Amino acid sequence: MDLYRVEDRRLLTGHGTFLDDLSTVPNVHHAAILRSPYPHARIRNIDASKALAMEGVDAVLTGRDVAKMSRPFASALPRQAAYYSLAVDKARFVGEPIAVVVAKDRYLAEDALALIDVDYEQLPAVVDPEQAVIDPDAPILHEDVGTNVALHRTLRYGDPEEAFRQADVVVKRRLRFPKYGSTPLETFGVVAAWNAAEDTLTIWSNFHGPFSMHPVVAQALGIPSNKLRFIVPGDIGGGFGIKTSIYPYLALIGLASRFSGVPVKWIEDRQENLMASSSGTDRVSEVELAAANDGTILGVRMKIYDNVGGYFRPPEPGCTFRPLGNYVGGYSFRNLDVDAYIVFTNKSLTGPNRGYGCPHLYFGLERVVDEMAHKLGLDPAEVRRRNLIPKAAFPYRTPTGGLYDAGDYEACLDTLLETADYEGLRRMQADARQHGRLVGIGFAFGVDPSVSNMGYVDIAATPEERKRRRPKSGATQGTTIQVDDLGKVTVEISTTPQGQSHETMVRRHIAQELGIPEVDITVISGMDTATRSWTIPSGSYSSRFASIGISSAVVTARKVLEKLGRIAAHQLEADPSDVEYVDGNFRVKGAPERSLAFRHAAGIAHWDPASLPPGTDPGIYVTHFHTMPTALPPDDEDRVNSSNTYGFMADLCLVEVDRETGEVEVKKYWGVHDSGVILDHKIAEGQIQGSFVHGLGGAMYEEMAYDEDGAFLTGTFMDYLCPTFLEVPPLETRYVETPSPFTVLGSKGIGESATETVPACIANAVTDALRPLGIEVNELPVTPTKVWNWLQQAQSEA
Amino acid sequence: MKPAAFGYLTPRTREEAIEVLSRYAGDAKVLAGGQSLVPLLNFRLTSFRYLVDINRIPDLDYIRSEQGYLAIGALARHRSVEQSAEAARECPLLPEALQFVGHPVIRQRGTVCGSIAHADPSAELPALLTALGGSVVLEGSSGRRVADAEEYFLGYLMTAQQPDELLVEARFPKLPNGSGFAFEELARRHGDFAIVGVACAALPDGSVRLGVCGANSVPFRPLKAETAAAQGDLQEAGRLAAADSDPDSDLHATAEYRRAMVSKLVERAVRHALERKEGNARG
Amino acid sequence: MAEMRTGHLEDALFEAREIACTVNGKLYRAMAEPRRLLSDFIREDLDLKGTHVGCEHGVCGACTILFNGQPARSCLMFAVQADGAEIVTVEGLARSPQQLTRLQESFSQEHALQCGYCTPGMLISATALLSENPSPTDSEVRHAMAGQLCRCTGYEQIVRAVLAAADSDGKGGEGGNHA
Repeated sequence: MDLYRVEDRRLLTGHGTFLDDLSTVPNVHHAAILRSPYPHARIRNIDASKALAMEGVDAVLTGRDVAKMSRPFASALPRQAAYYSLAVDKARFVGEPIAVVVAKDRYLAEDALALIDVDYEQLPAVVDPEQAVIDPDAPILHEDVGTNVALHRTLRYGDPEEAFRQADVVVKRRLRFPKYGSTPLETFGVVAAWNAAEDTLTIWSNFHGPFSMHPVVAQALGIPSNKLRFIVPGDIGGGFGIKTSIYPYLALIGLASRFSGVPVKWIEDRQENLMASSSGTDRVSEVELAAANDGTILGVRMKIYDNVGGYFRPPEPGCTFRPLGNYVGGYSFRNLDVDAYIVFTNKSLTGPNRGYGCPHLYFGLERVVDEMAHKLGLDPAEVRRRNLIPKAAFPYRTPTGGLYDAGDYEACLDTLLETADYEGLRRMQADARQHGRLVGIGFAFGVDPSVSNMGYVDIAATPEERKRRRPKSGATQGTTIQVDDLGKVTVEISTTPQGQSHETMVRRHIAQELGIPEVDITVISGMDTATRSWTIPSGSYSSRFASIGISSAVVTARKVLEKLGRIAAHQLEADPSDVEYVDGNFRVKGAPERSLAFRHAAGIAHWDPASLPPGTDPGIYVTHFHTMPTALPPDDEDRVNSSNTYGFMADLCLVEVDRETGEVEVKKYWGVHDSGVILDHKIAEGQIQGSFVHGLGGAMYEEMAYDEDGAFLTGTFMDYLCPTFLEVPPLETRYVETPSPFTVLGSKGIGESATETVPACIANAVTDALRPLGIEVNELPVTPTKVWNWLQQAQSEA
Repeated sequence: MKPAAFGYLTPRTREEAIEVLSRYAGDAKVLAGGQSLVPLLNFRLTSFRYLVDINRIPDLDYIRSEQGYLAIGALARHRSVEQSAEAARECPLLPEALQFVGHPVIRQRGTVCGSIAHADPSAELPALLTALGGSVVLEGSSGRRVADAEEYFLGYLMTAQQPDELLVEARFPKLPNGSGFAFEELARRHGDFAIVGVACAALPDGSVRLGVCGANSVPFRPLKAETAAAQGDLQEAGRLAAADSDPDSDLHATAEYRRAMVSKLVERAVRHALERKEGNARG
Repeated sequence: MAEMRTGHLEDALFEAREIACTVNGKLYRAMAEPRRLLSDFIREDLDLKGTHVGCEHGVCGACTILFNGQPARSCLMFAVQADGAEIVTVEGLARSPQQLTRLQESFSQEHALQCGYCTPGMLISATALLSENPSPTDSEVRHAMAGQLCRCTGYEQIVRAVLAAADSDGKGGEGGNHA
């Protein structure tokens, strides 16, 4: 029986190759990491002598060694707030790596951790990003910066002052968005082997890109980039952006190997993962919206405090600026003011996490849109309709520089209202309210950016600062196809997938392009930077595959076919323009008897270069790097097309709140997606369902929680609450398919979509449910305790 | 997350188990299902010099109907009890409460006696044992004794069990024919430890028994609430149970919330139990 | 530690010992010290990499195996406890990678796996469910599988796959070959 995906057979039978399954090099030793128990502490001294005396222990690496052997990681904050792979002078969050033990096995390495004596001087901690900035007594994390503001940018588009002057109505809300992460089931894993004879460092890991982190690690380690080799296995156990931030450990375990003289393996355990891996930022914000009486949005102001934790590491401040091009969502307002602080606090570090910046953005924007509709006594669906960018306006340039490729937003809204029977829901709600039940209906709309433009990161700098640097741009992805002498095809992809079915999709589309059976194609995933084609943006992140990944594969296949066509034409003594390709055969138009099979054309390239047309190289080995011409650097007005394709989702959900217990039940959720041409509905559905549950987690269950003194409270999967089979409400999805003019197949990313709007949608629905009591949900997650407290408060005020 | 080293013993009889427990008293821990103990060992939140694995003792895996109570042996797994015909017949509140203990795979390995000996105040089974006035049988070097639930649970993860004692059996009083019962629980997710849980049995003689978890350092019976419940005053029962509770705040729930939920869940559990009792009487 | 050492017998309690167990129908013998987790023993000492480790505290379920016919978290057991046991891991479910069980096939057809990391535990857990209850309802599947975390799929497709592999005519679902 044929399986649905080419990946499935190995994964279903226990024959996948994940990082911890690899045989790498002989004599691999094992690392365990000592981590700070304190949120903020000076490290006076580390005495590892007892650990070193233990049988089976090879070495103990401390911050002092790391500071000698490496440089701080490069970031947008040059020469400040140095971030090394181990704490050097201070620990700045619970779980920060303090020392590494290398031992014969992991059990012994963990035994040795207990024997390391660290003399800490505890310091006061701060965890709230706003307080870290405005409270004059807040402890300063990085003395050389002198403030907890890592970065501050004010961005202004259109004429926001005028918009607010003209407004009939202004609503303003303070919002808190929590810190959470996608916690892939496979944690970080690294094997590093320093080869002293050749001065090379080979690192196996489940890193999923972008490979811009390769030069970052090479620079930190002070080794030539061509002496640093990254190898990634074909299977990665989930990533969701989180595994981008493995790179500090690539450096750390690389140093541990160099220091100890043996190859070293480190598998992050779940406790380490929860306290110190990576997560999205928590955000405190004030969002203010100006509107006319008919609900037309005139302008928006946002004040943002994004919490990057103890250090600032690339690709931050992506949390703030990755969605810059789509800051206006699906709406046509032109006036925007952004006052963004990226802040240090004593929490763990952040990085890309599914939706990167978008759940935060839409939580703010969609909350105030709803409050504006409420204030004007308008229906939230109608207010949104009034502001949607019309279909005829595409490609649409947003005030922040985004270039929306295509979309039919109003069709999405219509489909949503019809599918969910919106009027029926409102009648049902009215009836339920009559009976004292707290039933709510919420909306959230969002524009889903895919394929990040490498240029957006430069928004961290001012236009003046940018003028002194070389610009960044592009969104490149490469594919290599080789056809052997028997016409069998091997494809190397550089997308380092983590479950997104890239092998299946690439095989299917290359088979179509080459006109050969899928079984004749083998797709190789994973990566080896020393032997395979890659470039800075390679990898899987920002939902790149369905836009740039598949475009790259298809164009590469077309180049292969073009070369084979030339070879065939020469063989058939015809002009290439007279040769057509039908059913796996090149043949002369009008003379089908003059034909050459695909595999014979390939055979000539390998066995008989003498028969090749003049100027044609032997062999069939084609690498094509595909980029987007729309990925340009920011302009002088801070406008940037931060992504390259933009999907759209219109969400609606129905909730009920238990008055007695404060429990929220999401009874049903509807989502309509316009992500261009859907390449495979079953796989797209899987992506949406998965991203829906991540959004649900952030809205209701998951939080990396700290007490106000910086103690970390969610170090186990008993406290960090991932939704299970029983927490997932029914989701109904529909598609509007407006082809993207910017991609080869008209498709675009969809993997992050729902996760961006679900938190806002649930917050709006619970607010709607509690509207009769005057309660608004302006912070997440919505837990029973919180809701119950709000209910008590409302009762005592009533 | 690898456990610290320990010495491993596999007694083949209870006598042998008690002998090694007394030999290493204080340094040894019994390993039965391991579903609570091994996570703590893996996190190195606790460690013991010796683990005494009782899984190879043959005569501890039983569920027996005795005079007035259901006897659950030290190796009877949650899942066996959940599916046992005796339990369904003699003490149906027990299988009902077991639905709330972890997840099926955890219940497949975890033991009823292990949950009781672990004495987590948020756990369901200690509250049930307390509600029903059940007991445990302890065997040690100085012999065999029976301890009532209320004297057994002393505090957070603390019991009256001596280091040389083995909990060999838990005794759940049978529910007489015509009883009604209910287990109500509030948790962040299904299968999590309770924020608050309430076990309730409405007996044919008109009395009501309650046990509460998650609202005190030990599972407890709110006696005044039981009286009010027996008189049919559900709200008062809830109020009195809440007044008797002394919960802590944590990440998942504040103390005020827990106390309020004791009240609501007692009300719900009593109502549900009384409804079922009535249904039984009619049926 | 020295003061605790009261002799060879005492030392022996801490030492590695030979474990003999049957995994997927084949007898294995390997040494393990008492603290060695069964999950590590299966993966590292028996070199069966199909069983995955996701949390090492029994919550995620990725490491679930059949232990004497019953599903169990291999991260919450010690290798020494497996002496004499019969174990089935994901590698033992299909006769060969070319002859999958009905459950494995429906996992693929329903797209019930994305990255595949949780899949071994899902399959073991669902196999155990179907052998006990060949025609479960939607709700029974969810309750039985709730101890298995998946971060990719959002679960719906897994429920569909288990239901698709179940026997709607009540003849009994297909378990593993060794189950």
